Amino acid sequence: MLKFPIYLDYSATTPIDPRVVEAMIPYLSEHFGNPASRSHAYGWEAEKAVELARADVAALVNADPKEIVWTSGATESDNLAIKGAAQFYQSKGKHIITLKTEHKAVLDTCRELERQGFEVTYLDVQEDGLLNLDAFRAALRDDTTVVSVMMVNNEVGVIQPIEEIGEICRERGIIFHVDAAQATGKVDIDLQKLKVDLMSFSAHKTYGPKGIGALYVRRKPRVRLIAQMHGGGHERGMRSGTLATHQIVGMGVAFRLAREEMATENVRIGLLRDKLMNGLTDIEATYVNGDIAKRVPHNLNISFAYVEGESLIMAIKDVAVSSGSACTSASLEPSYVLRALGRNDELAHSSIRFSIGRFTTEEEVDYTIDLLHRKISKLRELSPLWEMVQEGVDLNTVQWAAH
Amino acid sequence: MFAPVYLDHNATSPLDPAVREAMLPYLGARFGNASSRHEYGRHARAAIDAARGQVAAAVGAHPTEVIFTSGGSEANNLFIKGAAAMRKPGRVAVSAIEHPCVREAARRLARQGWAFDEIGVDSQGVVDGADFSAKLSAAPTLVSIMLANNETGVLQDIATLAAEARRRGAWFHTDAVQALGKVPVDFRRLGVNALTVSAHKIYGPIGVGALVVDKRVELAPLIDGGGQERGLRSGTENLAAIVGFGLACELAESRREADATRLAQLKAQLEHGLGGLGAIVFSADVPRLAGTSFFAFPGIDGETLVGKLDRAGFACASGSACSSANPEPSKTLLAMGVAPEVARGAIRVSVGRATTQEDVNRFQVVLSEELNKLRGLTAMAS
Repeated sequence: MLKFPIYLDYSATTPIDPRVVEAMIPYLSEHFGNPASRSHAYGWEAEKAVELARADVAALVNADPKEIVWTSGATESDNLAIKGAAQFYQSKGKHIITLKTEHKAVLDTCRELERQGFEVTYLDVQEDGLLNLDAFRAALRDDTTVVSVMMVNNEVGVIQPIEEIGEICRERGIIFHVDAAQATGKVDIDLQKLKVDLMSFSAHKTYGPKGIGALYVRRKPRVRLIAQMHGGGHERGMRSGTLATHQIVGMGVAFRLAREEMATENVRIGLLRDKLMNGLTDIEATYVNGDIAKRVPHNLNISFAYVEGESLIMAIKDVAVSSGSACTSASLEPSYVLRALGRNDELAHSSIRFSIGRFTTEEEVDYTIDLLHRKISKLRELSPLWEMVQEGVDLNTVQWAAH
Repeated sequence: MFAPVYLDHNATSPLDPAVREAMLPYLGARFGNASSRHEYGRHARAAIDAARGQVAAAVGAHPTEVIFTSGGSEANNLFIKGAAAMRKPGRVAVSAIEHPCVREAARRLARQGWAFDEIGVDSQGVVDGADFSAKLSAAPTLVSIMLANNETGVLQDIATLAAEARRRGAWFHTDAVQALGKVPVDFRRLGVNALTVSAHKIYGPIGVGALVVDKRVELAPLIDGGGQERGLRSGTENLAAIVGFGLACELAESRREADATRLAQLKAQLEHGLGGLGAIVFSADVPRLAGTSFFAFPGIDGETLVGKLDRAGFACASGSACSSANPEPSKTLLAMGVAPEVARGAIRVSVGRATTQEDVNRFQVVLSEELNKLRGLTAMAS
């Protein structure tokens, strides 16, 4: 039985796994204590749960629980990491490097640091969405103190060469931050191996609740940060504010499930994604955005030429998808990520991000393939451009009259 | 299961079952990201809008004046740092009994060249009028004074203080986290430019709060990114918690008077008994929150007594939760001029909706027993 609209927007947010909700409920009921309360059992119970969850989050990425700082989500983690490190190490230099395809939480944080007197290099990516390591090396300067590169892109799903970037940064003593919000449960992350200093996590992209995330802060070699939120001195002074026990418990269970199940789950999801991709690239004049091999199995981003993006989204209302990232979907601007990959505005406008996950079924994929086939041919029937292309006209040679 | 009687509502309050029920669908099938344009996203957006209306109504503000945050600490940081970032360095003045998230945020402004002033309180914990006027005459740009103190429960006359501060051209903020649901918190009537509220002190979930702020106050965000909350607070909205906060606000307002009357009776009952046991009740002579008693027994260590009470089945605190790992005596009490050895004996009992007369009776019996044991030990030792 299909339930409409079919949810294919797992990169925007995932449903919470029912096992996660179940684990959260006691902390919304009898175990309601403030983990900072040191004088009674309600507080201890909450604190114990918080520390168990910290260990589960650390275990997914092979880190020490002491390296995990709770935040309200990946956006806050990105802010804390980049501002906190840039401000702490500013006596060493004020140059930051990031990518044009980063999430807004990184880009806008860098913009803010520019206002504070830092200098930021926003690197282009290749047509496949990946960072060119030679271009990266060339951008490094003596005063570069912080590099921020996301592990998995939220729009096109490509996996950046984090290991290689880490080696380059460590060699030069540069703090390396990685936004891994879209990576947990999708790619293996081993922080004993990766030379990453700071890593942002989110629960709600990995079947946990919204409103909770974490920042990994490496202890060896030790990374220092300037706190961005001051107060009671929670989280060893790095992030003050009462800890939301139920959300933390949810994140812990979500990350534990990811650790236990990702190997088998990703095989299943990869098969579904490939089926979707094969089914959709059957349609004429479609282009997959981003490298296919170096990509998480959950993501498919396709441009459908000669259809108008808005009409397409309206026509396929039976499936909940996104034409960019959720955070920027209120704007009608074409995706800045696709433009950074070199797609022109028309193609960027008619792109759809399909992101699938734990609860996606083959039946849903089949329905989606069929729906897109029907709707795209209908939309193209109405398109004068498509008609011209069918007649063999090269649109690039057409002189358009202004009116 | 061993379930001690919970007498620490100022640290956090149990979630109201109705609030939990309201949240559950948003932890289940209604999981959308409010920024998504499809049906899942639109449902999430509608739920957040409704909650924003509920929060605004509870504090007499316009919904567009409500900025959701991860809690009271973040909201306080957002006002102090955010308002400071939009202005040339000046002076910031906060009372000597503020929650650390206000005090520390204000002190940090020194790094950007701001001068920091602390406004003293009298022996009852009420803002000292003369000191307030003196600090105002130095023309601070930002002033923050809490409505109700988390430890003593003392209420400040915010309307009068705010009016005077604004007359002198300062932006005035009040931390109303402990006051909401217990005394009227009306944004317009208080005449403040901004106020902070939090869900988990009013039987809502931990992890959500709000800054209610007058649009004339230019603010820089603390957290940059996707541009949620009018660009003042980026990050995917904490949907279920926000829904819970909305309902918790509505319930808190509708129950406020009845709750306050009942809690005042419990407090009177408790403090009557405390008098007989030789306690010093702090701020006993001034208006306080209905449910909060802060007291000490001379010669008895607060930590020790609280530990004994816990083992005997009563959960209370020796001070605010966020500093309970800190063995220093309460800053609030020191600011009131209480001797450190007396302050070290402090115990906070904060009763709430589920507390019964019977709980308070039993508490007094146990307290009296534990005191006798401790006093016996003290007598033997001397």
